[in-house]
Amino acid sequence: MKGGIAAGRQETAAPLAIELRGISKAFGTVQANKDISIQVAKGTIHGIIGENGAGKSTLMSILYGFYKADSGDILINGTPTTIPDSQAAIRAGIGMVFQHFKLVQNFSVLENVILGAEDGALLRPSLAKARKVLADLAREYELEVHPDAVIEELSVGHQQRVEILKALYRHADILILDEPTGVLTPAEADHLFRILRNLKEQGKTVVLITHKLREIMEITDTVSVMRRGEMTATVRTAETSPEQLAELMVGRKVLLHVPKGTAKPGRRVLEIKDLRVRDVDGVERLKGIDLSIRAGEILGIAGVAGNGQTELLQVLGGITQGTGTVILNDKSLDLTGKSSDGQSRRRDGISHVPEDRQHLGMIMDFTAWENVAFGYHNDPAYQKNRWLMDNGAILEDTKGKMERFDVRPPIPTLQAKSFSGGNQQKIILAREIERNPDLLLVGQPTRGVDIGAIEFIHKRIVALRDSGKAVLLVSVELDEIMSLSDRIAVMFDGHLMGIGPAESATQVGLGCLMAGLGGADTRAMSGWDISAAADEQRLSTGTRG
Amino acid sequence: MDYATLLQILDSTIRLATPLLLACLAGLYSERSGIFDIGLEGKMLMAAMSTGAVAALTGSVWIGLLAGISGAVLFALVHGVASITFRGNQLISGVALNFVASGITVLIAQSLFRQGGRTPPLSGEARFNPITLPFAEALSGVPILGPLYSEVLSGHGALVYIALLAVPVTWWVLFRTRFGLRLRAVGENPASVDTAGISVIRLRYGAVVITGILCGLAGAYMAAGLQAGFGKEMTAGRGYIALAALIFAKWRPWYALMATLLFGFFQALALRPDVIKNTVGFDVPVPALDALPYILTVIVLAGFVGRAIPPRAGGEPYVKER
Repeated sequence: MKGGIAAGRQETAAPLAIELRGISKAFGTVQANKDISIQVAKGTIHGIIGENGAGKSTLMSILYGFYKADSGDILINGTPTTIPDSQAAIRAGIGMVFQHFKLVQNFSVLENVILGAEDGALLRPSLAKARKVLADLAREYELEVHPDAVIEELSVGHQQRVEILKALYRHADILILDEPTGVLTPAEADHLFRILRNLKEQGKTVVLITHKLREIMEITDTVSVMRRGEMTATVRTAETSPEQLAELMVGRKVLLHVPKGTAKPGRRVLEIKDLRVRDVDGVERLKGIDLSIRAGEILGIAGVAGNGQTELLQVLGGITQGTGTVILNDKSLDLTGKSSDGQSRRRDGISHVPEDRQHLGMIMDFTAWENVAFGYHNDPAYQKNRWLMDNGAILEDTKGKMERFDVRPPIPTLQAKSFSGGNQQKIILAREIERNPDLLLVGQPTRGVDIGAIEFIHKRIVALRDSGKAVLLVSVELDEIMSLSDRIAVMFDGHLMGIGPAESATQVGLGCLMAGLGGADTRAMSGWDISAAADEQRLSTGTRG
Repeated sequence: MDYATLLQILDSTIRLATPLLLACLAGLYSERSGIFDIGLEGKMLMAAMSTGAVAALTGSVWIGLLAGISGAVLFALVHGVASITFRGNQLISGVALNFVASGITVLIAQSLFRQGGRTPPLSGEARFNPITLPFAEALSGVPILGPLYSEVLSGHGALVYIALLAVPVTWWVLFRTRFGLRLRAVGENPASVDTAGISVIRLRYGAVVITGILCGLAGAYMAAGLQAGFGKEMTAGRGYIALAALIFAKWRPWYALMATLLFGFFQALALRPDVIKNTVGFDVPVPALDALPYILTVIVLAGFVGRAIPPRAGGEPYVKER
């Protein structure tokens, strides 16, 4: 360990695929990258880790020709290279897989692959050539995708493969992936890692940008840590630990796992029976959900985004309508009528931290104190008299909330959009938690939130549980679900695939359920109630495969 | 309705559909690249005036045509600068250009010719004269199909055939060439084009210029083919009908041909109240007939004709994300 930090890879003699020397980049007064130097050896997988806004993406955008660095040099394969635009990056053998795919949704895989890399003015020869090349690449790297499939009909995992194929088709030797696993199921992520290892074996260089420590530990050879625009360390992965990396990222010790005592579940707070929700197109999104939550426990809902979790939160939060029975504190909730709105739910004792913080949780152009009043603007404490609101009181209240929830900067008059994601989330949490609800609905509490703030948010949620409240947690981050929940339910295609205690849940078992499958891995989880549908799925896909 | 009458109606259908088709294809290029263009009308009007004026001054319809194209391309470029370079609102830019065209065409025509905002009547070489297709005479004796060829298809001005030819050409360009692939891509997801190292801006300007050229042809045909000279507001909403046809056609060239022929047919019908009366058995008021193509437009735009999905990046200026 000693000497590992900051010593970099200078002592190794392996040829370098990428070398950056003293790269700096400022946007106005914000210094996004400060004198960054990095060396990536050929044929390795190099991780770049850092909090949001640490400058990872800016650095990679400079490498891909999106921005021009203010100063510094780029060397590709030992040759000084200027990269004024993406075309130059492609020529230099750099391929990039963006977090948000740059695919044309209604084009075929082939069309997407040749776009911008056509061989001539007519398409036919290019398409024929790409079809051959893709077949070869598929064999070589486990990158199977049907060449004539239309992108919008492909799963996210397959779309990502198309992005990788695009880069390889352009003869990329260096592949940069920006947060590649955020949208993948665990199984898809495993497949991706297999592909990356294959690429490495074939001598390609992979740069992986992520904020997930587990991925860094699992797949990278070396890892660079960025903090506030600076490169704080480059270490060999084998010689480091997640705790050390987290400390390097944040600049202080971070608890990766929130210490939480055993739950003391009390009376049943929420009971749901046969809950169904249809979307605007009439498609059923929740197909009969049954579950219950007790006081003093956190129920985590795991699942790949888009399997009904959003609808569950929204129908419980009074945002959408549904059918079935929802009983809160022995009182049946109105799911369709006049009192199925956010106001009534709050009166009934449900607080809601929505998944989509920037659209449902706040108004970004409004100030922090205005946002704190939203939803509770009828609170008598916020009124001056019958006609006027008491802005001063709200302001005072906001100040207190900001202190108690460590919102930085603690200035209530600042617009919501000028806070970082983590601080926005803290403002919303403060607003909802301090209402002392019987049930807290919380969706993706740490999406786009820095690791330091994640720790704080997790502690608060656990504290609420310990005070005897019920929490329904929805997250696509399996780690978060597993470390926070007392019980876990897995959703797939609008159904509950299984529900059981968190301590016996395994990553593999949950992964299977998230893909709608049952099987031995799920049955190995003791105390779990697995839906019959999951096992049927297993059988039907088994015969196909 | 006898066969001879039907042939007459079909003949005028083709004549009336031509400016619609050209404008519709014009809009297709622009919108496929992600630039909505509500200003087809203005560009046609500008082209009609330029053609009418220059053809009257020079006596040559071809020089007039060049002038028409230049006028329309000029307007197209203004739209391009506003919506591509300065990322302005494409609808507002288009509407503004329509207003400008409506005024400036009359202003120029009036200051040049002092004939109440019209250009002088064109005749002879200053108009698009009918072209007789080969074998038209010989085939006219063939029953049913013969007259269809010699009377309906043959005997139109050059631009009619150019418009018809533009349909397969557009299809081929769009779906068989590199330019077409990139054009479709930039209208669906400009970021995909940008990250592939291709200039979004250059592609969109290219599309907008093509739109200008095709609008130029449409306007020139209005002034020197369909009619003999420019008159105030002579395009009479054809730019908007072309837009409706474009939605009807779901931004596809062959469907555009069919959609504009349908609209042309209604316009042709509106010119023949006698036929309508014989067919339906009572007098349909002429204004109702005149309104028919526009009513159809409203029905199309109201979405009664299935779901039309416009190019996904349409109407939104492209801003590189960080």
